[in-house]
Amino acid sequence: MKRIQCILSLALAALLLLPMGAALAVDDGFSSTYTYNYDYWTDLRESPDAYRVDQVVYSASLELDQPLRKPQSLYVHENDLYVCDTGNNRILQLRRDADKKFSLVCVIDKISGAQPETFNSPNDMALDPEGNLYVCDTNNNRVIKADKNLNYLQSFTKPQDTTFDQNLSFLPSKLVVDTTGRVFVLATHVNKGLVKYEADGTFTGFVGANTVKYNMWEYIWKTFFTTKEQRAQQVAFVPTEYENIYIDKEGFIYATNIVFSEYDLLYDVAKPIRRLNSIGSDILIKNDRYPPIGDLSWVEGSNDYGPSKFKDITVLDNDIYIAVDRTRGRLFGYDPQGIMLWAFGTKGNSEGAFLSAVSIEHMDHDLLVLDENESSITVFTPTEYGSLIYQANDQYLKGDYDGSADTWREVLKLNANYNSAFIGIGRALMRQEQYGEAMEYFKMAHDRENYGRAYRYYRKILVEKNVGWALAVIVVLVVVPMVIRKVKAAKEEVEAYERRKIAH
Amino acid sequence: MNGAKSLTDGMAAPAERGAGWKRYKASLKYGFYVIFHPFDGFWDLVHEQRGSLMAAHTWLFLFLLTYVLRLLLTNFQFITAPIQYINIYEQCGSLLFPFLVLCLANWALSTLFDGKGRFKDIYMAMCYALIPYVLIQLPLILVSNMISFDEAAYYQVLGSASIIWCVFLAFVGLMQVHDYTPGKTLIFLFFTVFGALVILFLILVFFSLLSDAIGFFVSLYREVAFRLY
Repeated sequence: MKRIQCILSLALAALLLLPMGAALAVDDGFSSTYTYNYDYWTDLRESPDAYRVDQVVYSASLELDQPLRKPQSLYVHENDLYVCDTGNNRILQLRRDADKKFSLVCVIDKISGAQPETFNSPNDMALDPEGNLYVCDTNNNRVIKADKNLNYLQSFTKPQDTTFDQNLSFLPSKLVVDTTGRVFVLATHVNKGLVKYEADGTFTGFVGANTVKYNMWEYIWKTFFTTKEQRAQQVAFVPTEYENIYIDKEGFIYATNIVFSEYDLLYDVAKPIRRLNSIGSDILIKNDRYPPIGDLSWVEGSNDYGPSKFKDITVLDNDIYIAVDRTRGRLFGYDPQGIMLWAFGTKGNSEGAFLSAVSIEHMDHDLLVLDENESSITVFTPTEYGSLIYQANDQYLKGDYDGSADTWREVLKLNANYNSAFIGIGRALMRQEQYGEAMEYFKMAHDRENYGRAYRYYRKILVEKNVGWALAVIVVLVVVPMVIRKVKAAKEEVEAYERRKIAH
Repeated sequence: MNGAKSLTDGMAAPAERGAGWKRYKASLKYGFYVIFHPFDGFWDLVHEQRGSLMAAHTWLFLFLLTYVLRLLLTNFQFITAPIQYINIYEQCGSLLFPFLVLCLANWALSTLFDGKGRFKDIYMAMCYALIPYVLIQLPLILVSNMISFDEAAYYQVLGSASIIWCVFLAFVGLMQVHDYTPGKTLIFLFFTVFGALVILFLILVFFSLLSDAIGFFVSLYREVAFRLY
């Protein structure tokens, strides 16, 4: 007994020491892949390219007299691409012809009838459905509106309102125009939200202010443990400005936000991408395990460590939105449910890499990315893989679930790590009442809700199918011995009675 | 004569072994009494020698086994264990090490403050306190593969119940082993955690000093070797 105890104690001690010896698997997180996606464990998974560079448009290829200088924004209207050439105080109108070549149509550098006529660092522009042109003429402190022939119509200037701090200079940097001609302006140093003007130019308030965030300890510390002088030195609790805005076809404004602490990303407090409704609340759908925040893990110790910061966002006609990140020069595509479709891009000088991407636009499914420092526009076209993903999403939205599942199967042939494909196929299988197979697909994608749903049907069928012989077994095992016992007891009773009768 | 002696030896040994086995089985089974009657059970476990160290080892082993099986076999709807990264030894070690350190800390402190329990008693009581975890979690692994995500509430309630039961048993166990009042037990639980931290600190200091000492001799050797060549 003693010896066994001794041996066991030794074995336990050995068990204790083992983990110390076991080497920890080191994941350096480095991957050279261009296009990737995240798996369930938020590990980076290489994937086929969803987009490839179709062409890169430079000043030289457009035969410009003056090369682009610090261009800030792109705007697409049908086949026309407008580039805000901010450093040269002008806007270029390019047109894409049938074989996808861009050529210069005209240079917009003044609005006739305006005061002054020329622009001073125009940062953004937009067109309304009638074709009127709106320009964020930043250093002239105005948003200028002109008709198709570039005749001055009106300008939107600093709101003469008590809610607007009159000491601030009005520096509009981004703008969107909705279908009714209302103008939403993002102005530098204005942290109350987007400045909203009615079509006639009257200021009607702010929309979608970023709420102020501070935690309890910060508040207690600042209120009770700091002097007035110290507080004046510290950063005040102020809401942050948005970085960029985009209006989708339904009139909802997508806004990106790059001022937040890393910690806030954890519980979806930072909300780097928002979809604002008319009263300014965020209605972006987030059905993935992680909200759309770009990269989920960052390479430790690299130069560009840190969260993704979205410089601009664009929304395709199928509600898929694509945001461009300046930290690592990447593009992130999300479906309307907030599930990441793919991510690609890198920093650098080569084709498909960016030095500082500032703006993104789309023509159908082609993506156009403007690089401020390279003064170039990179045009991406979807590959077969990328198109299949879009097709499957479109089919699903239209209600063609089986067709969508077939498309997802094609996607899986190209990328066996694609979670959405597994879920898509699983859903279609569930509609065809093939619950067992559906479960397998959902399990591959770690989709608990759908797995549970499929499993309930599966279990129901299993029980219904087997309830007959299960009951039979119960009858044989429980009821039959019980009856036998009863019969035996009765028999004995009868015999006992008989015996007593005889005894009498 | 020699032959006869060896014969009796041979006779006695199996009988003794049989008795030991019987006692082991009885002490193992006694666990079921302990978890349902903790106050009587833990008292008799140590003071009436109803438990045995071997049975305690067994229950601890079963606990670790349950823990590992739970990680590996529970349906993915209820547990998100990154199986590709799990190292079983590491998992067991991360449970066993704090368990033993806490037992040690408790023993070290209670000996100073007239606790009646020896280290063996404390270890035994703590091992017996883990029984509900084994009894509930083991069937729950099977259950998890028979229910759907919507029914997770049942699974979670039972899972939490097993933990709460274990904690309660550990508390009563310590109380009975040391013959303490509940209040005193509570205070000593707190100090035990503190004591465990001290032990960890001492272990760290010991190993860092050890590595420094080894480093000294290694560099000394290198220096000498360098001078000689």
